[in-house]
Amino acid sequence: MRATRRILRYELHNVLRSRTVLVYAALLFLLTDALFRFGGSGARVVLSLLNVVLILVPLVSALFGTMYVYGAREFTELLLAQPVGRRSLFTGLYLGLSLPLAGAFLAGVGLPFILHATPEAALWGPLLMLLAAGLLLTFVFTAVAVLLATHFDDRAKGLGGAILVWLACAIIYDGLILLVVSWFSDYPLEGPVLALTLMNPVDLGRVLLLLQFDTAALMGYTGAVFERFFGSAGGRVAVLAALVVQAVVPLALALRVFRRKDF
Amino acid sequence: MNTALEIRGLGKRFGSVVALDGLDLTIERGRVTALVGPNAAGKSTLIRAILGLVHPDTGTLVLDGEPLGRDWRYRGRLGYMPQAAHFPDNLTPREVVAMLRDLRGSGAGTDEELLEWFAQSGAMDRPVRGLSGGTRQKLNAAIAFLFRPALLILDEPTAGLDPVASGRLKDKIRALRAQGTTVLLSSHLIGEIEELADDLVFLVEGRIRYAGGLAELKAQTGERSVERAMAALLGGGRA
Repeated sequence: MRATRRILRYELHNVLRSRTVLVYAALLFLLTDALFRFGGSGARVVLSLLNVVLILVPLVSALFGTMYVYGAREFTELLLAQPVGRRSLFTGLYLGLSLPLAGAFLAGVGLPFILHATPEAALWGPLLMLLAAGLLLTFVFTAVAVLLATHFDDRAKGLGGAILVWLACAIIYDGLILLVVSWFSDYPLEGPVLALTLMNPVDLGRVLLLLQFDTAALMGYTGAVFERFFGSAGGRVAVLAALVVQAVVPLALALRVFRRKDF
Repeated sequence: MNTALEIRGLGKRFGSVVALDGLDLTIERGRVTALVGPNAAGKSTLIRAILGLVHPDTGTLVLDGEPLGRDWRYRGRLGYMPQAAHFPDNLTPREVVAMLRDLRGSGAGTDEELLEWFAQSGAMDRPVRGLSGGTRQKLNAAIAFLFRPALLILDEPTAGLDPVASGRLKDKIRALRAQGTTVLLSSHLIGEIEELADDLVFLVEGRIRYAGGLAELKAQTGERSVERAMAALLGGGRA
């Protein structure tokens, strides 16, 4: 634990000074700030940010995470040659990578709200969900990035895998669900679609946020089923738990690979 | 006890490639042992197995009489200078050194000589990404020697160094040897090996072709230079 803290401290110094992380925070800040300046209220800005969070956060986390782990490969070897356990080193590296990205997201999106939003009770729920979804997606996709970069020695394969996972979660998965729905349209599909939604972190983020805006009514019967499940306190806990599982599983796999890996 | 490191039956495969084929080797304490061989001979795998970077399939490594298992604490007695120096781009050398000091603790005390030499270049507080390859290599050397290791592993240590820096590093290696530090030196530079090494381990395809003194190698092959003696061992006769 002490070694993890020590590694984390210097990893944070390194990643927080990275231009990519600073540009990422600045980009989110400028975008959120612009949405406020173009006349949006707090709730409207949250809704406009929805797709940014669902597309950009996973993409930046997956790509930056993969490139960072490959870039740190030689230094990781030098650290492994020190009296440090692999588990401590791995934990320090993962947190040193994911916490600055999470911090950049919080600062980039959160600061404009502090500067511009009028405090109203109706805003807090959606805003908190937006921040929670962004943070959890950051931890999920950096975990996936660390897994890919640890498993594949070939940088091209790791980066290709990261782009593929992002594409699959952000774009292809919804298309597949649509296909399944149209193929089996004669059957009651609410349960299976609900289960399929639980398996994709990007969809979970979307559902979590959309249900904050009472837009489920626009989605017909399925929307009502979704609202009944995800709108309940138990449903929300299930969504958050599913996102945590989706971060922990790749992370546990990555740790297993890291501990057994020949460097 | 004169044995610093004892290696018994060390084997490692990467898929169908045999990197180390049941290696038996003894590294004597207080001597400089050169590790040589053609590309893909298994030199890097052997070094990485000693450092715990590679998990051997078979065999044992015994350092100072203690078998090396999964306990990583033995690495506090090792110093390692990799061939290419890569440090986090946005940290300064001062921060990199502070990080390693934090990780290793004071242990056997520190040897600041090479670090002070590095500091004279004025690069201690500049981000690593702005440093030249040679300057990074000096930092690499300063770190390897800093914690007074009992076993110092140097992988092509003078690659990328200018002649003055290279000479300084060689002087330091000689000084440490005189103080009883064991040095394992992997190098392709035969001149460097003749200058520094007492013993030589010649690896070919994961097996030891020769392990012993430099003088004995020349006597055994009837050659006057180490280069020709190694060529003779490879079956090439007079190169």
